[in-house]
Amino acid sequence: MISQGARHVVLELQDIHRYFGTVQANRGIDLTVKPGRIHGILGENGAGKSTLMKILAGYLPMTRGRILLDGTEVRYASPNEASSLGIGMLYQDPMDFPMLSVIENFMIGQVSGVASAGETYRRKFSELVQEFDFTLRPDTPVHLLTIGERQQLEILRLLSIGARVLILDEPTTGISTTQKEILFSALKKLAAEGRSVILVSHKLEDVDALCDTVTVLQDGRVSGAMDQPFDSTTLLSMMFGAPPESSRHIHRPTSQTILRLDNVSAAGGRTGLSGCSIQVRRGEVVGLAGLEGSGQGVLLRVAAGLLRPRKGTIHLDNHNMTHQGYHAYRKAGAAFLPASRLEEGLIRGLTITEHCALQQQGRSFLVDWHEAHAGARKKIAGFQVMGSPGSVVESLSGGNQQRLLLAFLPERPRLLLLENPTRGLDLESVHWVWNHLDAYCEQGTSIVFSSSELDEILLAADRVLVFFEGRIIKDVLASRTNVMELGRALAGRV
Amino acid sequence: MVMKQDKTDSRSTTKKRVFLEYVLEAVLAISLVLAFTTVVLLIAGAPPLQSYVHIFMGSLGSWIRFTHVIKAWIPLVLCSCGLLYTFRIGLWNIGVEGQVVMGAIFTTALMRMGTGTGYPSLVLLLSCLAGMTGGALWALGAGYLRTKGGVHEIFAGLGLNFVAQGMVLWLIFGPWKRAGIASMSGTETFERSLWLPTIETLRISPAGIGIALGALLITAWMLRYTNVGLRLKAVGNNAQAAYLFGLRPGKYMLIAMILAGSFAGLAGSMQVTGVYHRLIPAISSNYGYLSLLVVMLANFNVWITPLVALFFACLNVGSIQLPMVLQLDSSLSGVMQGTMVLAALAVHFIRSRLRAAYTGGT
Amino acid sequence: MGEINISILLASVIAGAAPILLATLGETVTEKSGIINLSLDGSIILSAMAGFVIALKTGSVVAGFLAGAMIGGLVAATVAFFSISLKQSQVAVGFVLTLMARDLAYFIGSPYSRVQGPQVGPSPIPFLEGIPYLGEIIFRHSIPVYLSLVMIGLVWWYLYRTPYGLRLRSVGEHPEASYARGINPKRVQMLYAVCGGLLVGLAGATFSLCIKPGWGQPQGAEGTGWIALALVIFGGWNPLRAALGAYLFAFLQVMSIYFQGWVPSVPAQVFQVAPFPLMILILVIISFAQKESILRWSEDRPIVRALLKTFTGTAPRALGRQQNT
Repeated sequence: MISQGARHVVLELQDIHRYFGTVQANRGIDLTVKPGRIHGILGENGAGKSTLMKILAGYLPMTRGRILLDGTEVRYASPNEASSLGIGMLYQDPMDFPMLSVIENFMIGQVSGVASAGETYRRKFSELVQEFDFTLRPDTPVHLLTIGERQQLEILRLLSIGARVLILDEPTTGISTTQKEILFSALKKLAAEGRSVILVSHKLEDVDALCDTVTVLQDGRVSGAMDQPFDSTTLLSMMFGAPPESSRHIHRPTSQTILRLDNVSAAGGRTGLSGCSIQVRRGEVVGLAGLEGSGQGVLLRVAAGLLRPRKGTIHLDNHNMTHQGYHAYRKAGAAFLPASRLEEGLIRGLTITEHCALQQQGRSFLVDWHEAHAGARKKIAGFQVMGSPGSVVESLSGGNQQRLLLAFLPERPRLLLLENPTRGLDLESVHWVWNHLDAYCEQGTSIVFSSSELDEILLAADRVLVFFEGRIIKDVLASRTNVMELGRALAGRV
Repeated sequence: MVMKQDKTDSRSTTKKRVFLEYVLEAVLAISLVLAFTTVVLLIAGAPPLQSYVHIFMGSLGSWIRFTHVIKAWIPLVLCSCGLLYTFRIGLWNIGVEGQVVMGAIFTTALMRMGTGTGYPSLVLLLSCLAGMTGGALWALGAGYLRTKGGVHEIFAGLGLNFVAQGMVLWLIFGPWKRAGIASMSGTETFERSLWLPTIETLRISPAGIGIALGALLITAWMLRYTNVGLRLKAVGNNAQAAYLFGLRPGKYMLIAMILAGSFAGLAGSMQVTGVYHRLIPAISSNYGYLSLLVVMLANFNVWITPLVALFFACLNVGSIQLPMVLQLDSSLSGVMQGTMVLAALAVHFIRSRLRAAYTGGT
Repeated sequence: MGEINISILLASVIAGAAPILLATLGETVTEKSGIINLSLDGSIILSAMAGFVIALKTGSVVAGFLAGAMIGGLVAATVAFFSISLKQSQVAVGFVLTLMARDLAYFIGSPYSRVQGPQVGPSPIPFLEGIPYLGEIIFRHSIPVYLSLVMIGLVWWYLYRTPYGLRLRSVGEHPEASYARGINPKRVQMLYAVCGGLLVGLAGATFSLCIKPGWGQPQGAEGTGWIALALVIFGGWNPLRAALGAYLFAFLQVMSIYFQGWVPSVPAQVFQVAPFPLMILILVIISFAQKESILRWSEDRPIVRALLKTFTGTAPRALGRQQNT
């Protein structure tokens, strides 16, 4: 009944390029999606999946390339135009209106005028809900729904405006197993009706359970494709490529425990953190792996005193810090480096010298500009920052901002908590940074860091923790594992 | 070597261009203002050119008139100095008006106690300090409401302004009423020894000017060379990052409020000791609100602030001529000042657009 | 002096609340779309002046009300234009306009100060005015007062029961998401900033042509704009609750006249400024009612919790934000 008028289409992407400044997120991607199929797009963090899908959904313009529907080229510049062509997308962060009710969310964009169309849409909505066996009630405010239910709502809305191609970006993150089953059966039903479904994921199990065919992206290019039945080993090698030959950094952890978390749960991020227990020893480097937002960030923030845990206890150097705030953690020697550089790390409008002066933390009334200036010079030279002491931080490039942030870490911390510390740096700089951080370990500092690059984690860490859905599902020595095994764990297969 | 040459060359041309841009912007903004006020004057049925001439002559036409300008300039500069701290940390200290009033009340209270003690200079000094305390306390109230009470500083400050104004009226008509009858003309005038000393031949008070200039220097120095100044800016630009750097944003908000309140309170003291020599209902002369416009028009720059304040003071004093000569209301100055800030904001936008287009834009 | 006639009291509350109610409803509409029009205080005075002067010159109060509304719409459009098109801070522009509009009103209006002018008289509604008590309370007012009563329902109905209202709220919540659904957030914000401004302008004209007839410097409406802004917060951005707030405020104002009679020892100034500390107190309570620690504390105290719940209301998420789309 709802498939009336939903003509089935073949969607083709040809030679799609997208640059962000000098970063090439997509470099020449070709993709054909056939009607009635569930098409998986696989790839690790930063492979270019999200960018490609946002282009397809009209949310981002492409730098170069063509999109064809049934062989005719189509051009569109907004999500609204894309959905009028029948292309609809479910974003990773739901693009809905949390404070409004379910039925209102369903109606926004479909209705106009002064006359209330509520009854018509309520009927339409309840028909769709029944058809898919969802349990949505029209009058619940959306902020009370789970992520899974918000997805269901969005799917129904896209169907009601006539979506023929449905894109889902990492839909299974943060939703329960039952909801996943409901989602999957709904998607299968849609494909059976002749629609195309594009599933962006990096979880092999999802792809296995659902997809008819898979295209793998790596570094902004198509690195391979495969039809059912899938072979995980081949897919993983397409995703991660050949492991690079590089020597691991070796540290000598002592047996003394610096940081101890016991059964800590906390809210935050997409999944929160649940029942996490870890111990970090003096001089040890622990790498946190996982899809972005699987709980690594929450763990780092809890350990830095920035988030209060809901449950569990935290010990730093055997002192119970559970109920302390950030400043107490700081005093106790924990230093935190945030991932968002200009949002949390650096202060827009302040120069490098001014940042150095802030860092001095002296009790003196006057700023020692002389010392701050000298400090800035030293940091610029030492960390190879392209800039001068008088440069405001927002004028620096991303990589230089990252180096600067590292330069502002305190000199003798007990514990470094680093969120994506080498994001935006080239491989050489990554090595350089880790050599620098190794020096910290030599003096007995412990490091916990998160990274989206498995290579980096294997290169730098002594121990690896893999996060999945807010839980630690693997805790292994870096010397006893490899990219394949970690990739498997990242995809939910321990 | 050649590279270096190039660099300085391009730098001097950029400097020239920046200067030209500023001149152009000023011309553009002022023409916008004149266009708008001319329309307003025509609506009011007043002769535009004559009105402008009267404003000009009324402020700069004679030495005596100019001394009135200076008298308005002093509190404007003092309040603006205070606001530079609060704007630096991103607070809208609308309460500055009430802080001026509170400063005036505290000053008057001390002067009343000190009348006839025989140490006029000491009393003057102490009453200025009392004024600063009064302003600071009032500002601290708004600050606490913001940091602890979760009330936006605009509402907190504004509410406290009305309360301060009510207090002045109550004092003038109640406990401090003039012997005999209470009236809108204010409290009893203080004895001459308690007036801020003025040079009779020049009719200006060197102490007042000195205090205003001192406030400017201190503010410039505070913002440039002290840790407090740097940290205010850090918290104002990015409170989250400043927190990660180990600062407590709430604490610095209170510090900024205290500083702003002290300067505003001092402005109130100047109004009492240097201008009216008593407490009157309109003791603040709206200088608090006006100084918010001064600082915005000066684009939060310490050194441009006194110039804008002087200009605004000229408009205020000059427009007093309007009711006397042309039977117009003097509030034209307020219209011009407001339009000026709006025009500056609009021009500022055009500049950033052009600059973005020039550099390829982001 | 001590005698209170309840019907007369309630009738004067309903009449006295009319302007501030219109302004509060107008600002609620504007803020629901994500724009803060901080200029209310000046805007009301300027439209009061414009309404009075135009009515005086044309001899038509209708023309006066139209002029007032237009002025209110114009000031609001200025705020919206500076925010949407020139990317300037809504708070900065609104504040400047607060002062400027007031001075403009004083300047242009000064020749008309204390001039006798037209005003709207009561127009009792036939039949209904005869209803005991109710007739006296509700049906013997002037047209602007009826308008304010109708507006409560109308604004509520428009916001919560029509597709246009849904669109307006969606923009105030999440402009990017409404853009993705084919809505033009900038246009919607501009439209409803002006609509809200029209109501604010009507509020001004209601002052000078009906509630506090005439023009002067000060007019007597000074400060109400700020109260209206606070009432929007008190109302939790819901027109019905905001209306309740406006009536409570008017009730306190009327009561203060009685109080002044009862306790002459309290100086009049206390009553004049009393609304403002009260405003701060209520804002503190609202802010505390939303604090997590306090909510947790109230969990097993049902009465406190219910009380707190009546004070909570969430601002539109995009309120005051600069748009990037």
